[in-house]
Amino acid sequence: MIPIIFVMPIVQLIVLVHAATFEMKNIRMVVVDNDYSSTSKKLVEKFQRSPFFIISNRTNSYKLAEEDIKNGNAEVVISIPENFEKNLIRENKDKLQLVVNAINGTSAGLINAYSISVISEFNKELAGRNGKPAAAIISQKQINTFYSFWYNPELNFKTFMVPGILVLLVTIIGFLLSGMNVVREKEIGTIEQINVTPIKKYQFIIGKLLPFWFIALFELAFGLTVGKLLFNIPMVGSLGLVFFVASIYLIVILSMGLFVSTITNTQQQSMLISFFIMMIFILMSGLFTSIENMPSWAQTITKFNPVAYFIKIMRMVLLKGSGFAEIKTEFFSLLFFAFTMLSLAVWRYRKTS
Amino acid sequence: MYAVEVENISKSFEKVEALKNISFNVKSGSLFGFIGPDGAGKTTLFRILVTLLKQNTGTAKIQGLNNITDYKKIRSIVGYMPGKFSLYQDLSVEENLRFFATVFGTTVENNYHLIKDIYSQIEPFKTRLAGKLSGGMKQKLALSCAMIHKPEVLFLDEPTTGVDAVSRKEFWEMLKVLKNSGITILVSTPYMDEAELCDEVALIQDGKILKIETPQNIIGAYEKNLYAVKSTNMFKLIADLRSFEFSESVFPFGQFIHYTDKRDQINENDLINYLAQKDHKNIVLQKITPNIEDCFMSYLNK
Repeated sequence: MIPIIFVMPIVQLIVLVHAATFEMKNIRMVVVDNDYSSTSKKLVEKFQRSPFFIISNRTNSYKLAEEDIKNGNAEVVISIPENFEKNLIRENKDKLQLVVNAINGTSAGLINAYSISVISEFNKELAGRNGKPAAAIISQKQINTFYSFWYNPELNFKTFMVPGILVLLVTIIGFLLSGMNVVREKEIGTIEQINVTPIKKYQFIIGKLLPFWFIALFELAFGLTVGKLLFNIPMVGSLGLVFFVASIYLIVILSMGLFVSTITNTQQQSMLISFFIMMIFILMSGLFTSIENMPSWAQTITKFNPVAYFIKIMRMVLLKGSGFAEIKTEFFSLLFFAFTMLSLAVWRYRKTS
Repeated sequence: MYAVEVENISKSFEKVEALKNISFNVKSGSLFGFIGPDGAGKTTLFRILVTLLKQNTGTAKIQGLNNITDYKKIRSIVGYMPGKFSLYQDLSVEENLRFFATVFGTTVENNYHLIKDIYSQIEPFKTRLAGKLSGGMKQKLALSCAMIHKPEVLFLDEPTTGVDAVSRKEFWEMLKVLKNSGITILVSTPYMDEAELCDEVALIQDGKILKIETPQNIIGAYEKNLYAVKSTNMFKLIADLRSFEFSESVFPFGQFIHYTDKRDQINENDLINYLAQKDHKNIVLQKITPNIEDCFMSYLNK
């Protein structure tokens, strides 16, 4: 058990953080340049200089470029039309085509955002040089898009992932350990002996809860240390607040585990149910896919997902330095869950059948 | 004064009727045995009496406390030792004892005198994990844990099942000592020979109590002539005895076969001749006084 407690966070952080990253470096771009003007070259150069893009191919046939996307040799195609430069100078506007491979919606969104930021910067430069109002490339209206990535200026996904993965860690530990616990006593039969004692229900549940609560809090501390040492994640906000929220969050998770444990009869059943619940909670937590991208019914469901709240709080406090006032809503939701789940677990645990 | 009063208790699980209208009383300070085959309902009855299970109908009182309404009080005055070893296997002997003492709000030191005789036998192994103990030692530890809070009534569910003969004997010796200190003990067992060691026994089968008697009375009430029969081919002997026209019951019992006859007066030569006809050699036939097991067999057959 003890080696697992130490190995688990390290492995999870190292493997998951690197694997589950959306970090966009070296996005392969195919340039379809039908203009061959100095302006179009400048635009391409701009992409080349950006740390995010590498030009993997240049062609003048859109068909060929599309092939590259199909083969998986490129993620994005930028198509510069004929007379791009001429139109820009004469009419002060023209259009560009961006084709993004959107199999992975999240990364497509990011590629799109990065590309647009490069183009709009280019747009600004053009405008400045010509001494005319900026030529709108993105739209015909004069909208200047400025991208400024707050709290994580380098768009470092590790920074973004570590707090979430730590939540995952304490959730798995808390849920599985507590989920197996009471049911294990049922299987071995020790619960019989305990049930004939005058021990109170709440005493029993608290006795079951506390050890895992300490273990999970310790895990969190250990995971944060590893995250700081290995990934140098920022800890802008108060660590005290993180642990305070974590202590409430763990009551939710542990009570849920105990509840599952009290309604099942074998460890197998408990395992299955715990996994089912955890899968849904984790996949809908906003850890890998942002909640804002989910359909509205799914967003409603996430309102009942404590994991989502805690991930949000962790990111807010660690990355943004939010104080208690900013996380109030999420915190009280967690508090409410903690109270409900704990009461449910105590209520459902029966000493007599 | 009765320590346990049970009136018309019935309990059914979905389809099985585990207990059918059971009534009995146990005198304070006595050793009361439940004898019956597996599945007779012994464990269900015990679980009801120690408040782990609720009966469907009927009332049960432990030391005058109702098992449904006063279950909290009952829990602190009964000791229960389930048939399955139910202590924490990953705690040591000493830790288990201390844990249960604490749960009952007492300390090992307070009641050490009660368990001294039993616990001293396993004390040399007190740092060993409970899961690593031998069967007999596990039982001793379980009994110690069930006794540590000084219960007034002790329920032992098949305490000697799966325990070797020597340990079984020791265990019953311990029960006698406990009984002498004034504790009422209810014990269930599938071993009939253990019934003789009880003050009173209830014979239970298929959820019904067939008989409640002292062991002496049970033996005294045995009216049949009982014979022990033996020959070289024991297997064939059973079959042949069963097919004998006057045979009533035929049971293998150790080296012999116990046989009773339908007739009150029996001509021993008849039987010997019959067996000789069936090619049995070295026939031994002797009249014996029944032991308690014979009595139970005759009850169970009725």
